[in-house]
Amino acid sequence: MTATITIPPQFEIVDRPLDTQMTISMGPQHPSTHGVLRLELVLDGEMVVKSTPDIGYLHTGMEKLFEYRKYQQGIVITDRMDYLNPLGNNLVYVMAVEKLLQLEIPERAQTIRVLMCELQRIASHLVWLGTHALDLGAMTVFFYCFREREKILNLIEAASGGRLTPSYFRIGGLMMDLPSGFERRVKQFQDDFLQALGEFKRLVTGNRIFQKRTQGVGYISAADAIDWGLSGPCLRGSGLELDIRRANPYTGYEHYDFEVVTESDGDVWARYLVRMREMEESHKIVNQALSRLTPGPVKADAPKVVLPDREAMKTHMDALIHHFLIVAEGFDVPAGEVYHPIEASKGELGVYIKSTGGPKPARVHFRGPSFVNLSALPQLARGAMVADIVAIIGSLDIVLGEIDR
Amino acid sequence: MEARDNQAGHADNPTISSPAGLTPSPLAAALQREHPEWISEVIEALGETTIIVPREHIVAACAFLKIAPGFEFNFLADLCGFDRGPEEEPRFEVNYHLFSTINHRRVRLKVILSEDDIHVPTVSDIWRTANWHERETFDLFGVIFDGHPDLRRILLPDDWQGHALRKDFPLRGYEPYSLE
Repeated sequence: MTATITIPPQFEIVDRPLDTQMTISMGPQHPSTHGVLRLELVLDGEMVVKSTPDIGYLHTGMEKLFEYRKYQQGIVITDRMDYLNPLGNNLVYVMAVEKLLQLEIPERAQTIRVLMCELQRIASHLVWLGTHALDLGAMTVFFYCFREREKILNLIEAASGGRLTPSYFRIGGLMMDLPSGFERRVKQFQDDFLQALGEFKRLVTGNRIFQKRTQGVGYISAADAIDWGLSGPCLRGSGLELDIRRANPYTGYEHYDFEVVTESDGDVWARYLVRMREMEESHKIVNQALSRLTPGPVKADAPKVVLPDREAMKTHMDALIHHFLIVAEGFDVPAGEVYHPIEASKGELGVYIKSTGGPKPARVHFRGPSFVNLSALPQLARGAMVADIVAIIGSLDIVLGEIDR
Repeated sequence: MEARDNQAGHADNPTISSPAGLTPSPLAAALQREHPEWISEVIEALGETTIIVPREHIVAACAFLKIAPGFEFNFLADLCGFDRGPEEEPRFEVNYHLFSTINHRRVRLKVILSEDDIHVPTVSDIWRTANWHERETFDLFGVIFDGHPDLRRILLPDDWQGHALRKDFPLRGYEPYSLE
């Protein structure tokens, strides 16, 4: 406790307790900080005078590790950054390497990438909705959200074998094609999901307590949001129509018909509405991706980069040699540097890869949307109450695994 | 802090050469017309434009690109460092990835720094988002951003020795790590 206002000795502090400012630590073990985030709050009574995020508790040196691993080994590291959106992390990394290699990806692989990423976006938003509502006292939503998310994780598991760490996208395409019957299961999920989303809306959107806790809280204007580098739903909640899927289309997003959802209020409520409607848009994109699925290869025709099929490896000498060389020595990536951004569930996820030749990157840097969005917290929390901090952090939708890397 | 002389005059001493046969993009050409002294070199590769800017001009170049009509790079998407290795001279690079929310274009600015004089002026007055990016680059590479309001370590503990993403820092660190 630090007193910053000097009080004459005749007035005892106990007489005017609210004239003092108090510094408290919120976290790193606070449940509503969504991980190990510590906030240093300077409080005047219950008002937040200053908030300083303290991060790094989950730092594991991932960017250093990339430099010691071959390009294809880096994919599994990306899974572990934003663990609610691992397919998005896979996608941005493999696309950057493909850009360095100037690889062409087959149509079917691109469509499957869109399909899986949008399912993953819904799953990520469902965790946000559940935990955000839980932080504000609505526990029921959490269970329903995790029930729906479980269905998506089952789909991801069916395709890749992993639920949280799929590593499904590989340099040059996919790990393997979708299993038979996968489209039917996705359609089944799609049919049920809109009804579930309607239930969530009935539970939360019309809820007076939720509205009072979120409307007018954590306001940021569009100009400030750009200045602080906010992206994704946080930026669109301030009224700016910016979606990288539309602005710099990648992996075929230019062929999909979807709406860039915006809300103009710039508060926690607006960011809530944006994400809720984004799930509907993702639902639409999944349907379009399903109808665009046509049979074809899912791996690029680049034998020196893409692992051969198991059968080919057992029967063809050259396939066996390529397989051995890729696994044992890796493949050379020409010198160069790329910055590749995608619209992940939380905002602009960018990766900077610098290659100086050889099978390992010289530098891999991730621009995590959570990292940048969290840095704006002091602005958002200015003049808020302590309880609003919980709502604001929830509305930023941060994942500490990506912030600390 | 040692005196900062003008030894980073990379305009006379380009270290990377542009691939032959590629003309600079209209964007780089327009900047070249306005402020030729800001550009040491333009690299066009893989569909991306990289402009190498001398250190003393980086703040002016960023402030200009942020508001100048036709450029309007009002969004700093990313800022990161790179270590070419202890035997290289100059050794460090700082990359600024700019994005325009108006015309959706991107450009990369690059400042090249030598190890003896690893200072670069901050751009956190131009984009407040640069604050944490610069702290991260300071933490992991030891690049000192002059004028930064709060240049502390961000990912590693305050008492950490060395800068972990430098090439001469071992992957597993110096053991045993001690809090003493």
